Amino acid sequence: MASAFIRGLYSSIFRRTSTFTVAVIGAAFVAEAAIDSGTDAVWDYLNKDRQWKDIRSLYIEKAEE
Amino acid sequence: MTKIALPLLPEAQAFSDAAHGLHAPHFPWEHRKPWKSYDHAALRRGYQVYKEVCSACHSMKLVAFRNLIGVTHTEAEVKAIAAEYEYTDGPDEKGEYFKRPGRPSDYFPSPYPNEEAARAANNGAYPPDMSCINKARHGEEDYIFSILTGYCDPPAGVKIREGLHYNPYFPGGAIGMARNLYDEVVEYEDGSPNNASQLAKDVATFLSWASYPEHDDRKRMGLKSLFICSIGIGLSVWWKRHKWSYVKSRKVVYRPDLAGIRKV
Repeated sequence: MASAFIRGLYSSIFRRTSTFTVAVIGAAFVAEAAIDSGTDAVWDYLNKDRQWKDIRSLYIEKAEE
Repeated sequence: MTKIALPLLPEAQAFSDAAHGLHAPHFPWEHRKPWKSYDHAALRRGYQVYKEVCSACHSMKLVAFRNLIGVTHTEAEVKAIAAEYEYTDGPDEKGEYFKRPGRPSDYFPSPYPNEEAARAANNGAYPPDMSCINKARHGEEDYIFSILTGYCDPPAGVKIREGLHYNPYFPGGAIGMARNLYDEVVEYEDGSPNNASQLAKDVATFLSWASYPEHDDRKRMGLKSLFICSIGIGLSVWWKRHKWSYVKSRKVVYRPDLAGIRKV
């Protein structure tokens, strides 16, 4: 069942270089977006309440007075 | 001073000598951990300490007010802070120099117009510019914190000349700067405790940011790149071993031609 999927994948995408290339570029695009938001989420979790965006709210109202 | 000399090896010293300055201990700075950013609340307090205490003598010519935006202050706050200072600008169309209030694009004002004036006002000692001081001193924020909190009476027999002060962490022991950080010398706007140790900690953190403004971004990118590289290395190792498996799993057999019959 899974093998049929892999076979289908090969014949439709990986067999021709042109389609393979498009798949690589598209996958890189998606992967970069995912990794960026993933590491940003991890970074924000590790640095909770330490960054400017966390304390910004304390000073924005005062500045708007 | 205890010196141990072994043949062919450099001399070992049991403790710091006065000329070197006492080695500052390693404090557990949170931002020294690999995946920790600066504490931006501490940076804001540190800027306040710099502004109210240190800027009387120390310039910070490479830091502009706009560098604070999005780090310690909002844009509106930075505009207001910059406007408190007066800058000489010009020449205008008439060729005259004029004074105007500061803008975010201006750099932090210097307390003295030049080094000579700074030396004259400080017994011949030049208060160094603080823009890159962490990078410029061994021990970085440990050193800054130790210097600021390390003032004490000189040991028996050590004489410090008039105008200088004893500080064991300063190379030579005699520093031109008097102790400036005392408890409650600055009133924090966020109400944090303002004992001397907290003031020193916050200003050392602020100076660390001044030396390494890219610190937070650098670490975040480091996290990302390590993640991607470990995936990449894993895939590369697998790919190489897959391609080499044909070579590594082949068998080479020696069949001796005993009867002299086979011709290759």
